[in-house]
Amino acid sequence: MIYWIRLVVVTGLFLIGISAWTIAPLQSKLQASIDRGKIIYTQQCLSCHMMDGGGVQSMNPPLIRTKWVLGDKADLITIVLKGMNSGVEIDAVQYHNIMASHADLSDQQIADVLTYIRNGFGNKAKAVTEAEVKTVRAKTH
Amino acid sequence: MPTRMIRMIYALLLSSVFSVFACANNSSHDTTKISASVSEGDGDVTLTLPAGFHASVFAENLGSARHIAVNSNGDVYVKLQGLKDGKGIVRLRDTNGDGKAEEKSGFGDFAGTGIAIGNSYLYASSDEEVFRFKLDASGNVADPDHPEKIVTGLLSRHEHEAKAIALDNDGNLYVNIGAYSNSCQVQDRQKGSPGMKPCPILDSAGGIWKFKADKPNQTYGDGVRYATGLRNVVGLNWNTQTNTLFVMQHGRDQLHDLFPDLYDTKQSAELPAECLYELHQGSNCGWPYIYYDQVQHKKILAPEFGGDGKKTAGEDAQDPVFSFPGHLAPNGLLFYTGSQFPEKYKNGAFVVFHGSWNRAPEPQAGYFVVFVPFKDGKPVGNWEVFADGFSGGAQFTASGRAKHRPCGIAQSPDGSIYVTDDTKGTVWKISYGNK
Ligand code: HEC
Repeated sequence: MIYWIRLVVVTGLFLIGISAWTIAPLQSKLQASIDRGKIIYTQQCLSCHMMDGGGVQSMNPPLIRTKWVLGDKADLITIVLKGMNSGVEIDAVQYHNIMASHADLSDQQIADVLTYIRNGFGNKAKAVTEAEVKTVRAKTH
Repeated sequence: MPTRMIRMIYALLLSSVFSVFACANNSSHDTTKISASVSEGDGDVTLTLPAGFHASVFAENLGSARHIAVNSNGDVYVKLQGLKDGKGIVRLRDTNGDGKAEEKSGFGDFAGTGIAIGNSYLYASSDEEVFRFKLDASGNVADPDHPEKIVTGLLSRHEHEAKAIALDNDGNLYVNIGAYSNSCQVQDRQKGSPGMKPCPILDSAGGIWKFKADKPNQTYGDGVRYATGLRNVVGLNWNTQTNTLFVMQHGRDQLHDLFPDLYDTKQSAELPAECLYELHQGSNCGWPYIYYDQVQHKKILAPEFGGDGKKTAGEDAQDPVFSFPGHLAPNGLLFYTGSQFPEKYKNGAFVVFHGSWNRAPEPQAGYFVVFVPFKDGKPVGNWEVFADGFSGGAQFTASGRAKHRPCGIAQSPDGSIYVTDDTKGTVWKISYGNK
Protein backbone atom coordinates (compact mmCIF):
# COMPACT_ATOMS: atom_id res chain seq x y z
CA MET A 1 0.00 0.00 0.00
CA ILE A 2 2.63 2.46 1.09
CA TYR A 3 4.61 1.38 -1.94
CA TRP A 4 1.76 2.33 -4.24
CA ILE A 5 1.24 5.68 -2.64
CA ARG A 6 4.94 6.31 -2.98
CA LEU A 7 4.84 5.30 -6.60
CA VAL A 8 1.94 7.63 -7.36
CA VAL A 9 3.58 10.54 -5.56
CA VAL A 10 6.92 9.98 -7.27
CA THR A 11 5.33 9.66 -10.72
CA GLY A 12 3.27 12.75 -10.05
CA LEU A 13 6.31 14.73 -9.05
CA PHE A 14 8.13 13.36 -12.08
CA LEU A 15 5.38 14.55 -14.43
CA ILE A 16 5.29 17.98 -12.83
CA GLY A 17 9.05 18.05 -13.24
CA ILE A 18 8.85 17.25 -16.96
CA SER A 19 6.26 19.92 -17.60
CA ALA A 20 8.29 22.40 -15.58
CA TRP A 21 11.33 21.68 -17.76
CA THR A 22 9.42 22.23 -20.97
CA ILE A 23 6.91 24.98 -20.11
CA ALA A 24 8.96 26.99 -17.67
CA PRO A 25 11.27 28.65 -20.19
CA LEU A 26 8.26 29.80 -22.24
CA GLN A 27 6.46 30.87 -19.09
CA SER A 28 9.41 32.83 -17.86
CA LYS A 29 9.80 34.54 -21.22
CA LEU A 30 6.15 35.58 -21.04
CA GLN A 31 6.60 36.63 -17.44
CA ALA A 32 9.64 38.72 -18.32
CA SER A 33 7.65 40.53 -21.01
CA ILE A 34 4.79 41.10 -18.56
CA ASP A 35 7.22 42.43 -15.96
CA ARG A 36 8.80 44.87 -18.41
CA GLY A 37 5.34 45.80 -19.67
CA LYS A 38 4.19 46.65 -16.17
CA ILE A 39 6.95 49.25 -15.84
CA ILE A 40 5.95 50.84 -19.14
CA TYR A 41 2.29 50.74 -18.17
CA THR A 42 3.09 52.55 -14.93
CA GLN A 43 4.98 55.29 -16.77
CA GLN A 44 2.85 55.68 -19.88
CA CYS A 45 -0.68 54.46 -19.33
CA LEU A 46 -1.49 54.35 -15.62
CA SER A 47 -2.27 58.04 -15.28
CA CYS A 48 -5.32 57.62 -17.52
CA HIS A 49 -6.28 53.96 -17.32
CA MET A 50 -5.47 53.70 -13.58
CA MET A 51 -3.57 51.18 -11.50
CA ASP A 52 -6.37 48.61 -11.73
CA GLY A 53 -6.99 49.12 -15.44
CA GLY A 54 -10.50 50.28 -14.57
CA GLY A 55 -10.21 53.67 -16.32
CA VAL A 56 -12.05 56.81 -15.22
CA GLN A 57 -15.81 57.35 -15.39
CA SER A 58 -16.78 59.13 -18.65
CA MET A 59 -13.13 60.09 -19.29
CA ASN A 60 -10.83 57.15 -19.94
CA PRO A 61 -12.09 53.66 -20.81
CA PRO A 62 -11.27 50.54 -18.81
CA LEU A 63 -8.83 47.97 -20.17
CA ILE A 64 -10.72 45.09 -18.62
CA ARG A 65 -12.00 42.54 -21.14
CA THR A 66 -12.77 45.13 -23.81
CA LYS A 67 -12.92 44.03 -27.43
CA TRP A 68 -9.76 46.04 -28.17
CA VAL A 69 -7.66 44.58 -25.38
CA LEU A 70 -8.69 40.98 -26.01
CA GLY A 71 -9.31 41.26 -29.73
CA ASP A 72 -7.30 41.67 -32.92
CA LYS A 73 -3.67 42.36 -32.10
CA ALA A 74 -3.11 44.64 -35.11
CA ASP A 75 -5.99 46.92 -34.04
CA LEU A 76 -4.65 47.03 -30.51
CA ILE A 77 -1.12 47.85 -31.67
CA THR A 78 -2.53 50.59 -33.91
CA ILE A 79 -4.22 52.26 -30.92
CA VAL A 80 -0.87 52.55 -29.14
CA LEU A 81 0.94 53.73 -32.29
CA LYS A 82 -1.64 56.25 -33.43
CA GLY A 83 -3.58 57.07 -30.29
CA MET A 84 -7.36 57.16 -30.22
CA ASN A 85 -9.81 60.03 -30.49
CA SER A 86 -12.78 58.39 -32.06
CA GLY A 87 -15.56 59.06 -29.61
CA VAL A 88 -16.80 55.54 -30.24
CA GLU A 89 -18.70 53.79 -27.53
CA ILE A 90 -16.66 51.29 -25.59
CA ASP A 91 -19.00 48.74 -24.03
CA ALA A 92 -21.87 51.19 -24.57
CA VAL A 93 -20.19 54.16 -22.85
CA GLN A 94 -18.61 57.24 -24.43
CA TYR A 95 -15.32 58.55 -23.11
CA HIS A 96 -14.48 62.23 -23.28
CA ASN A 97 -10.72 62.30 -23.24
CA ILE A 98 -8.22 61.67 -25.98
CA MET A 99 -5.38 59.21 -26.10
CA ALA A 100 -2.15 60.48 -27.66
CA SER A 101 0.08 58.41 -29.91
CA HIS A 102 2.76 56.42 -28.13
CA ALA A 103 4.77 55.77 -31.29
CA ASP A 104 7.94 56.90 -29.49
CA LEU A 105 7.93 53.58 -27.61
CA SER A 106 10.07 50.85 -29.23
CA ASP A 107 8.51 47.78 -30.84
CA GLN A 108 9.63 45.71 -27.87
CA GLN A 109 8.18 48.19 -25.36
CA ILE A 110 4.81 48.23 -27.14
CA ALA A 111 4.81 44.42 -27.29
CA ASP A 112 5.59 44.29 -23.57
CA VAL A 113 2.97 46.80 -22.45
CA LEU A 114 0.27 45.11 -24.55
CA THR A 115 1.29 41.69 -23.29
CA TYR A 116 1.01 43.12 -19.78
CA ILE A 117 -2.52 44.50 -20.27
CA ARG A 118 -3.65 41.32 -22.06
CA ASN A 119 -2.56 39.32 -19.02
CA GLY A 120 -3.46 41.76 -16.25
CA PHE A 121 -6.70 43.20 -14.81
CA GLY A 122 -8.40 39.80 -15.17
CA ASN A 123 -7.61 39.56 -18.90
CA LYS A 124 -6.20 36.45 -20.53
CA ALA A 125 -5.02 36.66 -24.13
CA LYS A 126 -1.98 35.73 -26.19
CA ALA A 127 1.22 37.73 -25.90
CA VAL A 128 2.04 40.44 -28.44
CA THR A 129 5.47 40.05 -30.00
CA GLU A 130 8.05 42.58 -31.12
CA ALA A 131 7.76 41.23 -34.69
CA GLU A 132 4.00 41.84 -34.73
CA VAL A 133 4.48 45.45 -33.65
CA LYS A 134 7.16 45.91 -36.30
CA THR A 135 4.81 44.66 -39.02
CA VAL A 136 1.95 46.93 -37.95
CA ARG A 137 4.25 49.93 -37.60
CA ALA A 138 5.60 49.39 -41.12
CA LYS A 139 2.03 49.34 -42.47
CA THR A 140 0.79 52.40 -40.58
CA HIS A 141 3.57 54.64 -41.94
CA MET B 1 15.17 17.01 -7.52
CA PRO B 2 16.02 19.83 -9.89
CA THR B 3 15.76 23.19 -8.15
CA ARG B 4 13.37 24.55 -10.74
CA MET B 5 10.91 21.80 -9.87
CA ILE B 6 11.16 22.49 -6.15
CA ARG B 7 10.59 26.17 -6.89
CA MET B 8 7.53 25.36 -8.92
CA ILE B 9 5.95 23.15 -6.25
CA TYR B 10 6.73 25.84 -3.72
CA ALA B 11 5.11 28.44 -5.95
CA LEU B 12 2.02 26.29 -6.36
CA LEU B 13 1.72 25.91 -2.62
CA LEU B 14 2.28 29.62 -2.06
CA SER B 15 -0.29 30.68 -4.60
CA SER B 16 -2.93 28.48 -3.05
CA VAL B 17 -2.18 29.96 0.36
CA PHE B 18 -2.45 33.42 -1.21
CA SER B 19 -5.73 32.75 -2.87
CA VAL B 20 -7.16 31.64 0.47
CA PHE B 21 -5.96 34.92 1.95
CA ALA B 22 -7.32 36.86 -0.97
CA CYS B 23 -10.76 35.32 -0.47
CA ALA B 24 -10.68 36.09 3.22
CA ASN B 25 -9.78 39.67 2.39
CA ASN B 26 -12.56 40.01 -0.12
CA SER B 27 -15.22 38.86 2.23
CA SER B 28 -14.18 41.30 4.95
CA HIS B 29 -14.36 43.99 2.29
CA ASP B 30 -17.94 43.05 1.55
CA THR B 31 -18.92 43.24 5.18
CA THR B 32 -17.70 46.81 5.53
CA LYS B 33 -19.68 47.71 2.44
CA ILE B 34 -22.83 46.28 3.92
CA SER B 35 -22.40 47.94 7.29
CA ALA B 36 -21.89 51.34 5.63
CA SER B 37 -25.15 51.07 3.73
CA VAL B 38 -27.28 50.50 6.82
CA SER B 39 -27.33 54.14 7.82
CA GLU B 40 -30.84 55.36 7.28
CA GLY B 41 -31.93 58.10 4.93
CA ASP B 42 -28.51 58.62 3.37
CA GLY B 43 -28.64 55.86 0.79
CA ASP B 44 -25.55 53.69 0.49
CA VAL B 45 -23.15 56.25 1.95
CA THR B 46 -23.22 58.52 4.96
CA LEU B 47 -22.40 62.17 4.41
CA THR B 48 -20.42 64.01 7.05
CA LEU B 49 -21.48 67.63 7.59
CA PRO B 50 -20.70 70.40 10.09
CA ALA B 51 -22.63 70.25 13.38
CA GLY B 52 -26.28 71.23 13.02
CA PHE B 53 -26.55 70.22 9.34
CA HIS B 54 -28.29 67.12 8.05
CA ALA B 55 -28.76 65.50 4.66
CA SER B 56 -31.52 63.44 3.13
CA VAL B 57 -31.60 61.54 -0.14
CA PHE B 58 -34.01 63.65 -2.20
CA ALA B 59 -33.91 61.31 -5.21
CA GLU B 60 -31.90 58.33 -6.42
CA ASN B 61 -30.92 56.45 -9.57
CA LEU B 62 -31.59 59.35 -11.92
CA GLY B 63 -28.65 58.51 -14.21
CA SER B 64 -25.73 60.87 -14.79
CA ALA B 65 -27.16 63.83 -12.85
CA ARG B 66 -25.11 66.91 -13.73
CA HIS B 67 -26.28 70.46 -12.99
CA ILE B 68 -29.42 71.31 -11.08
CA ALA B 69 -31.78 74.29 -10.84
CA VAL B 70 -34.62 75.02 -8.40
CA ASN B 71 -37.69 77.06 -9.34
CA SER B 72 -39.25 79.59 -6.98
CA ASN B 73 -42.09 77.12 -6.28
CA GLY B 74 -39.56 74.54 -5.06
CA ASP B 75 -39.59 72.30 -8.16
CA VAL B 76 -36.18 70.80 -8.85
CA TYR B 77 -34.80 70.27 -12.38
CA VAL B 78 -31.79 68.03 -13.02
CA LYS B 79 -29.86 67.83 -16.30
CA LEU B 80 -28.65 64.38 -17.35
CA GLN B 81 -25.46 63.79 -19.32
CA GLY B 82 -26.94 60.68 -20.88
CA LEU B 83 -30.60 60.18 -21.79
CA LYS B 84 -32.57 58.08 -19.35
CA ASP B 85 -35.68 56.50 -20.83
CA GLY B 86 -35.16 58.90 -23.73
CA LYS B 87 -35.25 62.00 -21.50
CA GLY B 88 -32.48 64.44 -20.65
CA ILE B 89 -34.12 66.54 -17.91
CA VAL B 90 -35.81 65.26 -14.76
CA ARG B 91 -38.29 67.28 -12.73
CA LEU B 92 -38.50 66.36 -9.05
CA ARG B 93 -41.23 67.53 -6.73
CA ASP B 94 -41.49 67.10 -2.97
CA THR B 95 -45.27 67.17 -2.51
CA ASN B 96 -45.43 66.65 1.27
CA GLY B 97 -42.34 68.54 2.42
CA ASP B 98 -40.54 65.51 3.86
CA GLY B 99 -37.24 66.27 2.07
CA LYS B 100 -37.78 63.53 -0.53
CA ALA B 101 -39.17 63.83 -4.03
CA GLU B 102 -42.43 61.94 -4.39
CA GLU B 103 -43.00 62.98 -8.00
CA LYS B 104 -40.55 62.40 -10.78
CA SER B 105 -41.06 63.14 -14.48
CA GLY B 106 -38.77 63.43 -17.50
CA PHE B 107 -38.72 65.58 -20.63
CA GLY B 108 -36.27 67.07 -23.14
CA ASP B 109 -34.76 64.72 -25.72
CA PHE B 110 -31.19 66.02 -25.43
CA ALA B 111 -28.39 65.04 -23.04
CA GLY B 112 -26.03 67.58 -21.51
CA THR B 113 -24.77 69.35 -18.41
CA GLY B 114 -26.04 72.94 -18.10
CA ILE B 115 -29.33 74.06 -16.54
CA ALA B 116 -30.51 77.40 -15.11
CA ILE B 117 -33.74 79.27 -14.38
CA GLY B 118 -34.34 82.95 -15.04
CA ASN B 119 -37.13 85.29 -16.14
CA SER B 120 -39.74 82.51 -16.13
CA TYR B 121 -37.71 80.28 -18.42
CA LEU B 122 -35.83 77.06 -17.81
CA TYR B 123 -32.58 76.97 -19.81
CA ALA B 124 -30.76 73.71 -20.53
CA SER B 125 -27.82 72.80 -22.74
CA SER B 126 -26.64 69.91 -24.85
CA ASP B 127 -22.94 69.77 -25.78
CA GLU B 128 -23.62 71.97 -28.86
CA GLU B 129 -26.77 73.96 -28.11
CA VAL B 130 -28.74 75.84 -25.49
CA PHE B 131 -32.54 75.57 -25.31
CA ARG B 132 -35.18 77.20 -23.14
CA PHE B 133 -38.62 76.15 -21.94
CA LYS B 134 -41.30 78.65 -20.88
CA LEU B 135 -42.46 78.27 -17.28
CA ASP B 136 -46.16 79.08 -16.87
CA ALA B 137 -47.79 81.07 -14.06
CA SER B 138 -47.99 78.04 -11.76
CA GLY B 139 -44.34 77.22 -12.47
CA ASN B 140 -44.86 74.28 -14.80
CA VAL B 141 -42.98 73.78 -18.05
CA ALA B 142 -45.59 74.99 -20.52
CA ASP B 143 -44.62 72.93 -23.56
CA PRO B 144 -42.03 70.29 -22.65
CA ASP B 145 -41.83 68.89 -26.18
CA HIS B 146 -41.06 72.18 -27.95
CA PRO B 147 -38.20 74.11 -26.41
CA GLU B 148 -36.92 77.23 -28.12
CA LYS B 149 -33.38 76.97 -29.46
CA ILE B 150 -31.39 79.93 -28.15
CA VAL B 151 -27.82 79.04 -29.13
CA THR B 152 -26.66 76.54 -31.73
CA GLY B 153 -23.51 75.25 -33.44
CA LEU B 154 -21.08 75.35 -30.50
CA LEU B 155 -17.90 73.33 -30.80
CA SER B 156 -17.86 69.93 -29.15
CA ARG B 157 -14.76 67.92 -29.95
CA HIS B 158 -14.65 64.97 -27.65
CA GLU B 159 -12.85 66.74 -24.81
CA HIS B 160 -14.24 69.32 -22.32
CA GLU B 161 -17.47 69.39 -24.30
CA ALA B 162 -19.92 70.10 -21.47
CA LYS B 163 -21.62 73.48 -21.98
CA ALA B 164 -22.18 74.79 -18.47
CA ILE B 165 -24.43 77.86 -18.42
CA ALA B 166 -25.31 80.82 -16.18
CA LEU B 167 -27.71 83.78 -16.38
CA ASP B 168 -27.23 87.33 -15.11
CA ASN B 169 -30.05 89.68 -14.13
CA ASP B 170 -29.83 91.74 -17.32
CA GLY B 171 -31.03 89.23 -19.87
CA ASN B 172 -27.69 87.62 -20.74
CA LEU B 173 -26.71 84.00 -21.00
CA TYR B 174 -23.11 82.86 -20.36
CA VAL B 175 -21.89 79.61 -21.87
CA ASN B 176 -18.65 77.79 -21.22
CA ILE B 177 -16.99 76.49 -24.37
CA GLY B 178 -14.18 74.29 -23.08
CA ALA B 179 -10.90 73.92 -24.96
CA TYR B 180 -10.72 70.58 -26.76
CA SER B 181 -7.15 70.21 -25.56
CA ASN B 182 -5.03 69.85 -22.44
CA SER B 183 -2.39 72.47 -23.12
CA CYS B 184 -2.80 73.47 -26.79
CA GLN B 185 0.02 71.26 -28.04
CA VAL B 186 0.31 70.51 -31.75
CA GLN B 187 -0.56 66.91 -30.80
CA ASP B 188 -2.81 66.97 -27.75
CA ARG B 189 -1.31 65.20 -24.71
CA GLN B 190 1.64 63.88 -26.69
CA LYS B 191 5.00 63.92 -25.01
CA GLY B 192 7.44 66.18 -26.87
CA SER B 193 4.77 67.95 -28.92
CA PRO B 194 5.25 71.74 -28.59
CA GLY B 195 2.64 74.29 -27.56
CA MET B 196 1.04 76.42 -30.30
CA LYS B 197 1.50 80.16 -29.93
CA PRO B 198 -0.88 81.79 -30.61
CA CYS B 199 -3.18 78.97 -29.59
CA PRO B 200 -5.71 78.61 -32.46
CA ILE B 201 -8.30 77.03 -30.17
CA LEU B 202 -8.95 80.32 -28.37
CA ASP B 203 -10.93 81.80 -31.29
CA SER B 204 -13.83 79.46 -30.74
CA ALA B 205 -13.25 77.70 -27.40
CA GLY B 206 -11.28 77.93 -24.16
CA GLY B 207 -13.47 80.67 -22.74
CA ILE B 208 -16.90 81.95 -21.77
CA TRP B 209 -19.22 83.30 -24.48
CA LYS B 210 -22.05 85.73 -23.80
CA PHE B 211 -25.37 85.57 -25.66
CA LYS B 212 -28.75 87.24 -25.38
CA ALA B 213 -30.98 85.11 -23.19
CA ASP B 214 -34.08 85.70 -25.34
CA LYS B 215 -32.85 85.68 -28.95
CA PRO B 216 -33.37 82.41 -30.87
CA ASN B 217 -30.81 80.57 -32.99
CA GLN B 218 -27.71 82.56 -32.04
CA THR B 219 -24.33 81.20 -32.96
CA TYR B 220 -20.72 82.35 -32.55
CA GLY B 221 -21.24 85.48 -34.62
CA ASP B 222 -24.16 86.65 -32.46
CA GLY B 223 -22.36 86.20 -29.18
CA VAL B 224 -19.25 87.79 -27.77
CA ARG B 225 -16.23 86.09 -26.29
CA TYR B 226 -16.71 87.35 -22.75
CA ALA B 227 -13.60 85.78 -21.22
CA THR B 228 -10.71 83.81 -22.69
CA GLY B 229 -7.76 81.71 -21.50
CA LEU B 230 -9.98 79.32 -19.57
CA ARG B 231 -9.17 75.69 -20.30
CA ASN B 232 -12.48 74.32 -19.12
CA VAL B 233 -15.17 75.55 -16.76
CA VAL B 234 -17.96 73.40 -15.39
CA GLY B 235 -18.79 75.15 -12.10
CA LEU B 236 -19.92 78.77 -12.60
CA ASN B 237 -22.36 81.09 -10.86
CA TRP B 238 -23.57 84.66 -11.17
CA ASN B 239 -22.78 86.48 -7.94
CA THR B 240 -25.69 88.83 -7.21
CA GLN B 241 -23.74 90.73 -4.56
CA THR B 242 -20.87 91.75 -6.87
CA ASN B 243 -23.01 91.48 -10.01
CA THR B 244 -20.23 89.49 -11.71
CA LEU B 245 -19.70 85.99 -13.06
CA PHE B 246 -17.43 83.68 -11.07
CA VAL B 247 -16.04 80.51 -12.64
CA MET B 248 -13.98 77.55 -11.47
CA GLN B 249 -11.39 76.44 -14.02
CA HIS B 250 -10.29 72.83 -14.40
CA GLY B 251 -6.50 73.17 -14.49
CA ARG B 252 -4.32 71.29 -16.94
CA ASP B 253 -3.32 67.65 -16.55
CA GLN B 254 -0.24 65.49 -16.91
CA LEU B 255 2.72 67.69 -15.93
CA HIS B 256 4.71 64.59 -14.98
CA ASP B 257 3.57 62.40 -17.90
CA LEU B 258 4.64 65.04 -20.40
CA PHE B 259 7.62 66.50 -18.52
CA PRO B 260 9.00 63.82 -16.20
CA ASP B 261 12.31 65.68 -15.88
CA LEU B 262 10.63 68.82 -14.56
CA TYR B 263 7.88 67.43 -12.33
CA ASP B 264 7.85 64.33 -10.13
CA THR B 265 4.61 62.44 -9.58
CA LYS B 266 3.97 64.21 -6.26
CA GLN B 267 4.30 67.69 -7.79
CA SER B 268 2.22 66.60 -10.73
CA ALA B 269 -0.54 65.42 -8.37
CA GLU B 270 -0.73 68.80 -6.60
CA LEU B 271 -0.12 71.17 -9.53
CA PRO B 272 -1.48 73.27 -11.03
CA ALA B 273 -4.17 74.92 -8.90
CA GLU B 274 -7.88 74.63 -9.56
CA CYS B 275 -8.69 78.35 -9.74
CA LEU B 276 -11.67 80.55 -8.96
CA TYR B 277 -11.81 83.62 -11.23
CA GLU B 278 -14.04 86.67 -11.15
CA LEU B 279 -14.73 87.63 -14.76
CA HIS B 280 -15.43 90.85 -16.61
CA GLN B 281 -15.83 91.53 -20.32
CA GLY B 282 -12.40 90.84 -21.83
CA SER B 283 -10.97 88.82 -18.95
CA ASN B 284 -7.99 86.63 -19.84
CA CYS B 285 -7.06 83.87 -17.43
CA GLY B 286 -3.90 82.77 -19.24
CA TRP B 287 -4.49 79.22 -20.52
CA PRO B 288 -2.61 77.60 -22.24
CA TYR B 289 0.53 79.72 -21.83
CA ILE B 290 0.56 79.77 -18.05
CA TYR B 291 -0.83 77.90 -15.09
CA TYR B 292 -1.26 79.03 -11.50
CA ASP B 293 1.01 77.41 -8.91
CA GLN B 294 -0.78 77.56 -5.56
CA VAL B 295 2.39 76.65 -3.65
CA GLN B 296 4.57 79.42 -5.08
CA HIS B 297 1.52 81.72 -5.50
CA LYS B 298 2.68 82.58 -9.01
CA LYS B 299 1.63 82.33 -12.63
CA ILE B 300 4.11 79.88 -14.13
CA LEU B 301 5.06 79.56 -17.80
CA ALA B 302 3.63 76.26 -19.08
CA PRO B 303 6.39 73.77 -19.99
CA GLU B 304 4.99 73.36 -23.53
CA PHE B 305 5.84 77.04 -24.00
CA GLY B 306 9.35 76.90 -22.57
CA GLY B 307 8.60 76.81 -18.84
CA ASP B 308 10.63 74.89 -16.29
CA GLY B 309 8.28 74.96 -13.32
CA LYS B 310 9.84 78.19 -12.01
CA LYS B 311 9.82 80.81 -14.77
CA THR B 312 6.88 83.15 -14.30
CA ALA B 313 4.82 84.66 -17.13
CA GLY B 314 1.33 85.82 -17.98
CA GLU B 315 1.61 89.48 -17.04
CA ASP B 316 -1.47 90.05 -19.20
CA ALA B 317 -3.46 87.35 -17.42
CA GLN B 318 -5.49 87.99 -14.30
CA ASP B 319 -4.85 86.29 -10.98
CA PRO B 320 -7.36 83.89 -9.49
CA VAL B 321 -9.36 85.18 -6.54
CA PHE B 322 -8.88 81.82 -4.85
CA SER B 323 -6.98 78.61 -5.56
CA PHE B 324 -7.30 74.97 -4.56
CA PRO B 325 -5.00 71.93 -4.94
CA GLY B 326 -4.81 70.39 -8.40
CA HIS B 327 -7.05 67.94 -10.26
CA LEU B 328 -9.96 67.95 -7.78
CA ALA B 329 -12.28 68.84 -10.69
CA PRO B 330 -14.60 71.69 -9.62
CA ASN B 331 -17.94 70.91 -11.28
CA GLY B 332 -20.31 73.05 -9.25
CA LEU B 333 -20.25 76.57 -7.79
CA LEU B 334 -22.88 78.33 -5.69
CA PHE B 335 -22.88 81.64 -3.84
CA TYR B 336 -25.15 81.10 -0.88
CA THR B 337 -27.78 83.82 -0.52
CA GLY B 338 -30.20 82.06 1.82
CA SER B 339 -30.82 82.77 5.47
CA GLN B 340 -31.36 79.21 6.69
CA PHE B 341 -27.64 78.46 7.22
CA PRO B 342 -25.61 80.21 9.96
CA GLU B 343 -24.38 83.76 9.25
CA LYS B 344 -20.88 82.76 8.14
CA TYR B 345 -22.27 81.03 5.04
CA LYS B 346 -24.06 84.13 3.75
CA ASN B 347 -22.65 85.19 0.35
CA GLY B 348 -19.86 82.62 0.64
CA ALA B 349 -18.99 80.09 -2.08
CA PHE B 350 -19.75 76.40 -2.10
CA VAL B 351 -17.53 74.52 -4.56
CA VAL B 352 -18.41 70.97 -5.57
CA PHE B 353 -15.37 68.86 -6.40
CA HIS B 354 -16.18 65.93 -8.67
CA GLY B 355 -12.94 64.23 -7.57
CA SER B 356 -9.62 63.63 -9.27
CA TRP B 357 -8.20 61.12 -11.72
CA ASN B 358 -5.00 62.86 -12.73
CA ARG B 359 -3.26 62.39 -9.38
CA ALA B 360 -2.31 58.75 -10.07
CA PRO B 361 -0.08 57.08 -8.94
CA GLU B 362 -0.63 59.30 -5.87
CA PRO B 363 -3.93 58.66 -4.06
CA GLN B 364 -6.94 60.37 -5.64
CA ALA B 365 -8.74 63.18 -3.80
CA GLY B 366 -11.82 65.37 -3.84
CA TYR B 367 -15.38 63.96 -4.13
CA PHE B 368 -16.56 66.58 -1.64
CA VAL B 369 -18.23 69.98 -1.28
CA VAL B 370 -16.11 72.72 0.22
CA PHE B 371 -16.94 76.18 1.52
CA VAL B 372 -15.03 79.46 1.17
CA PRO B 373 -16.29 82.39 3.28
CA PHE B 374 -16.67 85.74 1.45
CA LYS B 375 -16.94 89.29 2.71
CA ASP B 376 -17.80 92.22 0.43
CA GLY B 377 -17.41 90.02 -2.63
CA LYS B 378 -13.90 88.81 -1.71
CA PRO B 379 -12.87 85.50 -0.19
CA VAL B 380 -11.77 85.76 3.43
CA GLY B 381 -9.94 83.00 5.26
CA ASN B 382 -9.32 79.48 4.14
CA TRP B 383 -11.48 76.81 2.55
CA GLU B 384 -12.99 74.02 4.57
CA VAL B 385 -14.64 70.73 3.68
CA PHE B 386 -18.40 71.16 4.06
CA ALA B 387 -19.86 67.83 2.89
CA ASP B 388 -17.81 64.68 2.54
CA GLY B 389 -18.39 60.94 2.32
CA PHE B 390 -19.83 60.80 -1.22
CA SER B 391 -17.12 58.33 -2.25
CA GLY B 392 -18.11 55.83 0.44
CA GLY B 393 -14.89 56.09 2.49
CA ALA B 394 -11.18 56.81 2.42
CA GLN B 395 -10.27 53.72 0.40
CA PHE B 396 -12.79 54.60 -2.34
CA THR B 397 -11.46 58.14 -2.45
CA ALA B 398 -7.84 57.00 -2.69
CA SER B 399 -8.54 54.47 -5.44
CA GLY B 400 -10.77 56.85 -7.37
CA ARG B 401 -13.51 54.20 -7.37
CA ALA B 402 -15.94 56.57 -5.66
CA LYS B 403 -19.50 55.33 -5.18
CA HIS B 404 -20.83 58.81 -5.91
CA ARG B 405 -19.17 61.79 -7.57
CA PRO B 406 -20.76 65.11 -6.58
CA CYS B 407 -21.32 67.46 -9.51
CA GLY B 408 -24.07 70.10 -9.43
CA ILE B 409 -25.34 72.37 -6.67
CA ALA B 410 -28.35 74.68 -6.28
CA GLN B 411 -30.15 76.55 -3.54
CA SER B 412 -33.84 76.03 -2.80
CA PRO B 413 -36.19 78.91 -1.91
CA ASP B 414 -36.15 77.82 1.76
CA GLY B 415 -32.34 78.11 1.90
CA SER B 416 -31.51 74.39 1.81
CA ILE B 417 -29.06 73.24 -0.87
CA TYR B 418 -29.18 70.32 -3.28
CA VAL B 419 -26.14 68.39 -4.49
CA THR B 420 -26.24 65.96 -7.44
CA ASP B 421 -24.08 62.93 -8.22
CA ASP B 422 -23.40 61.80 -11.78
CA THR B 423 -22.24 58.27 -10.98
CA LYS B 424 -25.50 56.87 -9.64
CA GLY B 425 -27.77 59.86 -9.94
CA THR B 426 -28.43 60.60 -6.29
CA VAL B 427 -29.64 64.06 -5.25
CA TRP B 428 -29.07 65.05 -1.65
CA LYS B 429 -30.87 67.86 0.15
CA ILE B 430 -28.74 69.48 2.84
CA SER B 431 -30.43 71.59 5.50
CA TYR B 432 -29.61 73.24 8.80
CA GLY B 433 -31.31 72.98 12.18
CA ASN B 434 -34.95 71.93 12.22
CA LYS B 435 -35.54 72.62 8.50
C1 HEC C 1 -4.16 60.82 -21.77
C2 HEC C 1 -4.81 59.65 -21.25
C3 HEC C 1 -4.40 58.29 -21.81
C4 HEC C 1 -3.18 57.67 -21.78
C5 HEC C 1 -1.88 58.22 -21.18
C6 HEC C 1 -3.35 56.38 -22.39
N1 HEC C 1 -4.65 56.22 -22.80
FE1 HEC C 1 -5.45 54.60 -23.72
N2 HEC C 1 -7.19 55.61 -23.99
C7 HEC C 1 -7.47 56.85 -23.49
C8 HEC C 1 -8.78 57.28 -23.97
C9 HEC C 1 -9.47 58.58 -23.62
C10 HEC C 1 -9.26 56.25 -24.81
C11 HEC C 1 -10.59 56.24 -25.58
C12 HEC C 1 -10.52 57.20 -26.73
C13 HEC C 1 -11.79 57.26 -27.52
O1 HEC C 1 -12.87 57.04 -26.97
O2 HEC C 1 -11.70 57.55 -28.70
C14 HEC C 1 -8.25 55.19 -24.77
C15 HEC C 1 -8.38 53.96 -25.41
C16 HEC C 1 -7.52 52.90 -25.23
C17 HEC C 1 -7.75 51.56 -25.70
C18 HEC C 1 -8.97 51.07 -26.47
C19 HEC C 1 -10.23 51.10 -25.70
C20 HEC C 1 -10.33 50.09 -24.58
O3 HEC C 1 -10.72 50.52 -23.48
O4 HEC C 1 -10.02 48.92 -24.77
C21 HEC C 1 -6.66 50.82 -25.32
C22 HEC C 1 -6.43 49.34 -25.56
C23 HEC C 1 -5.73 51.70 -24.65
N3 HEC C 1 -6.29 52.97 -24.59
C24 HEC C 1 -4.50 51.35 -24.13
C25 HEC C 1 -3.55 52.25 -23.66
C26 HEC C 1 -2.17 51.91 -23.37
C27 HEC C 1 -1.55 50.52 -23.52
C28 HEC C 1 -1.56 53.05 -22.94
C29 HEC C 1 -0.11 53.26 -22.57
C30 HEC C 1 0.86 52.94 -23.60
C31 HEC C 1 -2.57 54.11 -22.94
N4 HEC C 1 -3.75 53.58 -23.39
C32 HEC C 1 -2.35 55.43 -22.54
C33 HEC C 1 -6.66 57.62 -22.68
C34 HEC C 1 -5.32 57.37 -22.46
